[in-house]
Amino acid sequence: MALLELRDISKRFGGLQALARVSLEVEDGVIASLIGPNGAGKTTLFNTLTGLYQPDDGQIRFQDRSLMGMKPDKITSAGISRTFQNIRLFSHMTVLDNVLVGMHSRVHTGLPEILLRTREFHKREKEALHRAMELIELTGLTGREGEWAHQLSYGEQRRLELARALAAAPKLLLLDEPTAGMNFTEAQSLVALLRELMGRYVQAILLIEHNMRVVMGVSHRVHVLDYGEKIAEGDPDEIRRDPRVIEAYLGSGAWAKHAQS
Amino acid sequence: MAAFGLLTYIAASCWLAFIFPQSVLAFLLVEASFLLLCYVPAPPKVKLFLGALVLLVLLPSLGAINGYYLEIAIQIGIYVALALGLNIVVGFVGLLNLGFVAFFAIGAYLWAIFGSPQANEFIAGGFFPLSPNWFFPFLLLSIAVGALTGALLGLPVLRLRGDYLAIVTLGFAEVVRAVFNNLDKPINFTNGPKGISPITKPPLFFKPWLEFFGWEFSDATLYPMYFYFLVLLVVFMIIIVTRRLEDSRIGRAWKAIREDEMAAAAMGVPVVRMKLLGFAVGASFASAVGVLFAAKQVFINPESFTFMESIGVLAMVILGGMGSIPGAILGAAGVTILNLQLLKGLSLWLNGLRQSGTILTLPLLGSYPLSELPVQFEPAKYERMIFGLILILMMIFRPQGILPPRRDQKR
Ligand SMILES: Nc1ncnc2c1ncn2[C@@H]1O[C@H](COP(=O)(O)OP(=O)(O)OP(=O)(O)O)[C@@H](O)[C@H]1O
Ligand SMILES: [Mg+2]
Repeated sequence: MALLELRDISKRFGGLQALARVSLEVEDGVIASLIGPNGAGKTTLFNTLTGLYQPDDGQIRFQDRSLMGMKPDKITSAGISRTFQNIRLFSHMTVLDNVLVGMHSRVHTGLPEILLRTREFHKREKEALHRAMELIELTGLTGREGEWAHQLSYGEQRRLELARALAAAPKLLLLDEPTAGMNFTEAQSLVALLRELMGRYVQAILLIEHNMRVVMGVSHRVHVLDYGEKIAEGDPDEIRRDPRVIEAYLGSGAWAKHAQS
Repeated sequence: MAAFGLLTYIAASCWLAFIFPQSVLAFLLVEASFLLLCYVPAPPKVKLFLGALVLLVLLPSLGAINGYYLEIAIQIGIYVALALGLNIVVGFVGLLNLGFVAFFAIGAYLWAIFGSPQANEFIAGGFFPLSPNWFFPFLLLSIAVGALTGALLGLPVLRLRGDYLAIVTLGFAEVVRAVFNNLDKPINFTNGPKGISPITKPPLFFKPWLEFFGWEFSDATLYPMYFYFLVLLVVFMIIIVTRRLEDSRIGRAWKAIREDEMAAAAMGVPVVRMKLLGFAVGASFASAVGVLFAAKQVFINPESFTFMESIGVLAMVILGGMGSIPGAILGAAGVTILNLQLLKGLSLWLNGLRQSGTILTLPLLGSYPLSELPVQFEPAKYERMIFGLILILMMIFRPQGILPPRRDQKR
């Protein structure tokens, strides 16, 4: 049984068909990639999946439960969390607080406990803090937890996004271009980190990525979108040779660039 | 060392205020000790002790000599409570509310109507005014009523963003005021523009104890002191509640919504619920001090709850530093002192000069007897202008406010 199952998802913005009957499955234990030229609808698919947009049509099932019509916070509680392509951290909050916000759906202290500072409150808060520090260490941000998020360097901000997404204890992690703006070594260490996450922190990862070296190196399965349509699916070798994929990328003049990078 | 300096300063300023009980300047120096407590580095325990000393002992003693000091302190306390409430909505959740005074009005009218003969107009049986013993139950009730109206206003408007929300909250406050202004017919609920009085004061439950110890005070001297400590207690409770909320998942969720609503939602924050909670908590603070205000004033009418009040409280929050508890307190105290003391004091001083026939000599322009100065030149009349100037200067030179939120190096 697939962890995530999308059936015929369509999304239209005015005259633009951003997603056209896209179907896709992500199996348990798999790192899957979603690739496609600029404007293919990849981010739109993430937004639809996380409840930020409502699809016009189609079905989304996660662990055999429909996610249709669910609010973003409910979807996060259900076990999906994400990072953003254009970093969206809480700038005027500390690194630590950013991660703690990610834990909102996992820490269930209510108003009375908070106001009365019960023992339960302190216990949960301590646990949350402990886990947050663990994630901060995992993403290599130790020592920065007291900084404001906007004071971090670009690469650090990307890693903080990852830590914040992991804080929600997702089963499925969605990453929107996590290596964008990173140099080769940074990208390599991120890839290593992603492999480390599998099984220990998350059950599956769906990754949007333009860096073909990363995609081909890390993915078990690759899905290709073009103009909102899914044009191919397969393991990295199949995708590399797929004529439709080559054509889509040649059409956008980018395949050569991607293939080299 | 710093602690010793602080103590010396406080002692000296209080001594001055004792010697010159009518001097605005001396009292300002006393008030400035809080500013020093904020800025001078000293162990927190020492600061806490000195702050408590001033608030619990020195200020009331000064107030016993000059009742006006207590009046000022009470007003400051009321505005501090309002600013802390609005700080939750504007500073933490990041929702611009231009009609915050509405919740203050609702609390005030709640006690005014039932704590005066007014309620007899629409409830038969002559039960009203309620006895003073009902004051504290109504203080609790006002928290619930404030929270409820806050959430009720929130429900339809929280979908709106930024400017739209500001306009609707502004409209809400005007509607509330218009309702209180016009609900004297067909059934007289609020007595309209004429206002309501006399409003019952809180019970002097401790009076038998004072008499037991042989202390005899007239009610007239007891009440200002009583209100002072009541306001102090309420403000203290509000600070505790705000701090506890801020340092919890609720406070973090609020700030996350302020920073990026969509990202907050994607991280699992139930945005609508958290916004409603913020609205409700802020409103409940305002409503509770409304009850205190009504009891203290004895008379209220809709004029006390105009748009300018909302703007004033907003200015306090912004001047102090949005999202900062010490900032809101300092902003409220600063603006209240500016309005009630500095500008009024300046105006009194100029009047004194005028009456003593001082002649102003300006180079080139010649001399000008102050007694011929038109009354329009009273600085108190320029309150709003000077206030506006200060706001503009602040926004240019320190847009984050006097005491912006610090990132605490916690744990
Ligand atoms: N909220 C929106 N309103 C209108 N159009 C939108 C919206 N979001 C996305 N689009 C459009 O939908 C199309 C797909 O955009 P999307 O961001 O999903 O592309 P993408 O595959 O993530 O591209 P990139 O690789 O550049 O990130 C684009 O043409 C974009 O302009
Ligand atoms: Mg994208």
